[in-house]
Amino acid sequence: MSFLGIQLQASIRAIADAGLSNQDIDGIIPFPNLGTAESFASNLGCRDLRFAATLNIGGASPPASLGTAAMVVTSGAASHVLIPAGWNAYSGFRAAKQVSEQTFAIPGGGIARDFYTPHGLTAPAQWYALIARRHMHEFGTKSEHLGAIAVAMRKHAQLNDNAVMKGREMTIDDYMAAPMITDPYRLFDCCLETDAAAAVVVTSEERARDLKGKPVKILSSASGQPYPADEITGRADIFRTGLSLAAPRAFAKAGLKPADMDFAQIYDCFTFEVLQQIEEAGFCARGEGGEFVEGGRIELGGELPINTHGGLLSEAHVLGMGHITEAVRQLRGDAGARQIEGAALGAVTGWGDFGDGSMAILGN
Amino acid sequence: MSADAMPRPLPLMTGMTEEFYQHCAAGELRFQRCSDCGTWRHVPRELCAACGSFEWAWDLSSGKGRVFTWTVVVRPLHPAFSGQEPYAPVVVEMEEGVRVLARVMDCTPEELEMDMPVEVDFEDAGQGVTLPVFKRTT
Repeated sequence: MSFLGIQLQASIRAIADAGLSNQDIDGIIPFPNLGTAESFASNLGCRDLRFAATLNIGGASPPASLGTAAMVVTSGAASHVLIPAGWNAYSGFRAAKQVSEQTFAIPGGGIARDFYTPHGLTAPAQWYALIARRHMHEFGTKSEHLGAIAVAMRKHAQLNDNAVMKGREMTIDDYMAAPMITDPYRLFDCCLETDAAAAVVVTSEERARDLKGKPVKILSSASGQPYPADEITGRADIFRTGLSLAAPRAFAKAGLKPADMDFAQIYDCFTFEVLQQIEEAGFCARGEGGEFVEGGRIELGGELPINTHGGLLSEAHVLGMGHITEAVRQLRGDAGARQIEGAALGAVTGWGDFGDGSMAILGN
Repeated sequence: MSADAMPRPLPLMTGMTEEFYQHCAAGELRFQRCSDCGTWRHVPRELCAACGSFEWAWDLSSGKGRVFTWTVVVRPLHPAFSGQEPYAPVVVEMEEGVRVLARVMDCTPEELEMDMPVEVDFEDAGQGVTLPVFKRTT
């Protein structure tokens, strides 16, 4: 099945779950470079598409698109907005190959082509490893800290029938013994290449009340970009990322603070990006991320469970949309064996391109 | 896949990018510097983000800098670099304050150190393109 086909499968399930029919969809916000609103609408039979847009911020798009969709439905521009994401990153054009050989597809891709790629810096794992190493130098962050993140995601995947890594448990020793990919990233610091898709439908609170689906509220959504967003090496503050700006905005809009969150679904393209986002979102101070992820704090049962589905590292690479569907499940109380008891508030982050960031805060 | 099967990716030689690499071909590392406020910049930009001026010149760098960070690529993710592993793309912070990504040619990845002083050198990358590289300051 094509990358569009699996997204349509997910879309149809999301629409049915909401208690709508395909024809009710009148707004579509596709993921960058993974299908047009026109092709989604044509396949689904949407005959009155009134809003179409794409936020070109890579893996930061899904939480940011929730915010856009909320603005669209509250303004009346459209009533039922579909946000799909998905790709065939395993059976199709492999994810690592795609991002390495087609960097021109992202904002800043021209700079990567002209100033990084000729020197052999060709892929996101390598770009971000530069930041991870500097963090290790300045703050004493260790491989074991990155490993604690990989192990936590893997543990959570054991409770998720939909996780590619269910049945494949992993210890910190397994993590440390795995081959190096791009120092300090070992194999299990890197997210999966999978065929996966997910989708959500956004509508107004008033409309949701009349539908059979069990709604979850978008309390806030915000985006941010590092400076400069199109070049990664020259930033005065190499750790300041889009989320450093987006998270305070999202918390302020919702009138909440990091400590109020019952869980966080954090975009985990690589382990260090989780640690960096924990710090930059304000769950702990910069430099304290290594200590924060130790001792099970980010595991189910811990103070701040992170990526309760297993994330991009151990469930599947759903481009961050899986983080949103997992947050919805947790807030509906539908997360089964991995349900956080009484989960009422959660944060979802996105990370894309050279560090564009977004955060949505959801509640029930 | 061998390096023969996939040629080394090179910069698109156009505009200010081409000018930057033409200076490299002449054996000079030059960065844009604002003619009004004196701020150095890299990568090339149309105007000064500090003061907004469109006036600038390609000023000569001292060529000296320090290692800011790096990664050691053990598993190349682009076929053109297969067989070169392990190799280390390095970010060098220049005396002028700008940072440059390049290789340090005269040491192994294990010999790299944070803040290690390095100075510019140049490498003929083929097809008329010369890349800046670095070597340890002696």
